[in-house]
Amino acid sequence: MSAAATSPKEPSVPRSGAGVRLCGLLAEFRDPDALREAARRVRAAGFSRWDCHSPFPIHGIDDAIGIRLTKLPIVVFFFGLMGCLTALLLQWWTNAAKPADYPMVPTFLQGYGFLISGKPFWSFQANIPVIFELTVLFSALCAGIGMLVANNLPWFSNPLFNSERFRRVTNDAFFIRVDSTDSKFHLQQTQGFLASLGAIAVERIEDTIPTPAETRLPGGLVKTGIVLACLGLIPLAFIAVARSNKSSSPRIHLIQDMDNQEKFKAQAAHPLFKDKRAMREPIAGAIARGDLREDDRFYRGYKMGVDPKTNQPAPVYFETFPAQVPVNEAFVQRGQQRFNIYCSPCHGVDGSGRGMVNQRALELGGGWVQAADLRDADRRSRPVGQLFNTITSGVRTMPPYGDQIGETDRWAIVAYVRALQKAEGAAIEELPEKERSALRKR
Amino acid sequence: MDISGRVNGEFDNTWDDPQKRSPLVPEHYKFGDVTEQVCGVTEAWRPPKAWYVAFAISVSLLGLLGAMIVYLFFTGVGVWNLNNPVGWGFDITNFVVWVGIGHAGTLISAILFLFRQKWRTAINRFAEAMTIFAVICALLFPGIHVGRVWLAYWMGPLPNQMAMWPNFRSPLLWDVFAVGTYFTVSALFWYCGMIPDIATLRDRAKGPIRRFAYGVLSLGWTGAARHWHRFERAYLVLAALSTPLVLSVHSVVSFDFATSVLPGWHTTIFPPYFVAGAIFGGFAMVLTLAIPARQLWGLKEIITARHLENMCKIILATGSMVGYAYGMEFFIAWYSGNPYESFTFLARAKGPFAWAYWTMISCNVLAPQLFWFRACRRSIPIMFFVAMCVNVGMWFERFVIIVTSLSSDYLPANWGGYRPSWVEICTLLGSIGLFMTLFLLFIRFLPVIAMAEIKTVMPAAHGTGAHAFDYNPDEPKEHPQVSEGRQ
Ligand code: HEC
Repeated sequence: MSAAATSPKEPSVPRSGAGVRLCGLLAEFRDPDALREAARRVRAAGFSRWDCHSPFPIHGIDDAIGIRLTKLPIVVFFFGLMGCLTALLLQWWTNAAKPADYPMVPTFLQGYGFLISGKPFWSFQANIPVIFELTVLFSALCAGIGMLVANNLPWFSNPLFNSERFRRVTNDAFFIRVDSTDSKFHLQQTQGFLASLGAIAVERIEDTIPTPAETRLPGGLVKTGIVLACLGLIPLAFIAVARSNKSSSPRIHLIQDMDNQEKFKAQAAHPLFKDKRAMREPIAGAIARGDLREDDRFYRGYKMGVDPKTNQPAPVYFETFPAQVPVNEAFVQRGQQRFNIYCSPCHGVDGSGRGMVNQRALELGGGWVQAADLRDADRRSRPVGQLFNTITSGVRTMPPYGDQIGETDRWAIVAYVRALQKAEGAAIEELPEKERSALRKR
Repeated sequence: MDISGRVNGEFDNTWDDPQKRSPLVPEHYKFGDVTEQVCGVTEAWRPPKAWYVAFAISVSLLGLLGAMIVYLFFTGVGVWNLNNPVGWGFDITNFVVWVGIGHAGTLISAILFLFRQKWRTAINRFAEAMTIFAVICALLFPGIHVGRVWLAYWMGPLPNQMAMWPNFRSPLLWDVFAVGTYFTVSALFWYCGMIPDIATLRDRAKGPIRRFAYGVLSLGWTGAARHWHRFERAYLVLAALSTPLVLSVHSVVSFDFATSVLPGWHTTIFPPYFVAGAIFGGFAMVLTLAIPARQLWGLKEIITARHLENMCKIILATGSMVGYAYGMEFFIAWYSGNPYESFTFLARAKGPFAWAYWTMISCNVLAPQLFWFRACRRSIPIMFFVAMCVNVGMWFERFVIIVTSLSSDYLPANWGGYRPSWVEICTLLGSIGLFMTLFLLFIRFLPVIAMAEIKTVMPAAHGTGAHAFDYNPDEPKEHPQVSEGRQ
């Protein structure tokens, strides 16, 4: 320790302000050991507002100063817990909560029970990764930010930064700082005390006291601030207006996503055509390929005639199969297969009208009309043309199947219906010998 | 050898004499010397020429990346050669590779910290920076591969009029949370640890711009003992949080594959195997960066031969774990008796992507075996060669896993090939440019080495047992000072 070093030097404080204020004293020590030793003695002397400053954490200094263990980890624990609960709630609400159960919640916050491949809405196992991540995230943010907050950082105007000597604190110098607000602080005495601890230098920490003009914000700044704040409100105002009003113009569509294309859609208006329709009608008399269905017997099963009783136009059904279809065994079997697909749900595989859909519908009630028994006398008396037309266009409450089943297949079904009618109540003698013996064997 | 442990003028601390702790920093170093050395890197009026060359290349690659992304956005994902059945190719390969590289940084900064491995102090800042830049590169790929990038925000749970939320039962969403958390926590860890060192730069800054920038970034740090106390606690907590976090991140990444039913993906070994691979690849990247950096900026006495040797040992260990996992995959494929699994693995070794498979095996399993020999662990060229092998090998590992499994699954009718388009290749190169640009800027403007931490492991700080960063109550208070080197 040199004698010169003990005399406090005047720090180079910028002196623009109203004056200089003493903030405390700064003593430099040679190495970590000297600092720790000095700290022990400062503490013993009963100072309370003081601290050590060093380029790195010095082991054992906490005891020497009497720093109590920080509570930060406990705070971190609670933040972690919060992260855990947040993740749990978030996942339950967004993936498992049914909006109908919470009608009070506004739409944009409403949860939604996603059904994904029949998995349970709420499966805790699948939520563990996100719970873990948010727990870590919350705790880590708390640890980092909490450390800064507890350390009262950022603090850019710390008067310590006025000291040229203090710059070395982040390099290789070790300091003790005693604040002037300490009840034991007395400039001369404390100075002497610090010097006696083996400090290689003691200096005053001073701060400029700003003049009242300096503490006021410059007028220009305030005005610009107000103007900017007002301008900042304009977009918000637009949004508020837009949200509360209805508008007939379409909303702004920044990214097109191929939603709007340069073409006319089916029902759109077209300025060039007289009828203003974008969708054009075929030219009169034009017939698409395959649409020329001249043969009434094959395509419709009837031709228009006159009802002899009322003298009104009425369909006249054909009594025989058209020449285009070969009525043989293979054809009837094809008909059976189609019948079982299209008709059996209502009419039953036997044509009795007791199909599964029919039974279920009757059970549920609600105005279901019993599907017809295709084998009763009425249905037997229908000409094949009429049966064909029933399939094509439906009848009363039975829906049409013309657009699902082709003409040949419809005729095949008719042939099979005829077979069903024949089978019902048929005597065994009517079967060919081969079938008869096969049945007897059963 | 002279008193400071020099052999032929180079500082050598790789001896293994249990009686003498080999110093991590030359003994004659004073605190100020460390500051000088480390700050010298950013304070030099001009960086070395090699920096300019590297920076020019990196920035051009970064420009290429930008161009590729713009092209992708304006034309659509069709510019990548992805199609059925290979819907994941370079994009997800690069994503997994970059995330993996990040892991070594956290391992060094957090896990080695918890295990009180003092040697980490010289490389941790470095490695953490690498983590952050690697994760930035990683986040890029899932971000741009979604097709309609302007809807990428749908990945987050944002309130909306459609009451439409992400599916929290999907591993892809877990990934969003895992990698997002990983990035945030790593960045926080990195920045918090850097505050005292930025304060050092602030206090030495000459120009007003530097003073202002470092002043703002260092938040008014004064090195007060109470601040250090909370700082160390927070650091410990962050390390303790990062450790399970880093393990979870690559496990979750592996769930992207493991929870699907594709042969070659649907295996329980994936999480540990991915984590080991990530650490393996990450350490190779640390070596790749550290070797030229210490050479260029004269940091050989801070990132010492011993540091490099330790990293070689870790590469050997994790490389062997990865090799074991490769073998185990084959064994389980056979042992399960599942014909699809067996087929997939045979197809990896003998099918159309066999070249990629064998590149992976030779780079990841064979090359690191060199490190059984001490001479190889000390030879910079060999070390660098192996590190480069591992970088390549780990990229191919992900490529093999992703592409072979997708290209031929259960139904031969579904099979298809994959060959990257030039856009995909340029995007990969561009991501390397992004990484290197960030890294070179980091070296130029931020403290590359954790000075405050280094100072705590220096003999001078050990007067009566002052070594707070790796505080260990069980350790004897007095350290015998090693004053003479190896005889
Ligand atoms: C969705 C149920 C349903 C299906 C499928 C269905 N039908 Fe019907 N069908 C009915 C009902 C109901 C009636 C009685 C309609 C009524 O009396 O209002 C009926 C009546 C009939 C009749 C009697 C029509 C008449 O003249 O009285 C015939 C013949 C017939 N169906 C044939 C068929 C054939 C052939 C098929 C297969 C192509 C078929 N149905 C498919 C419900 C069905």
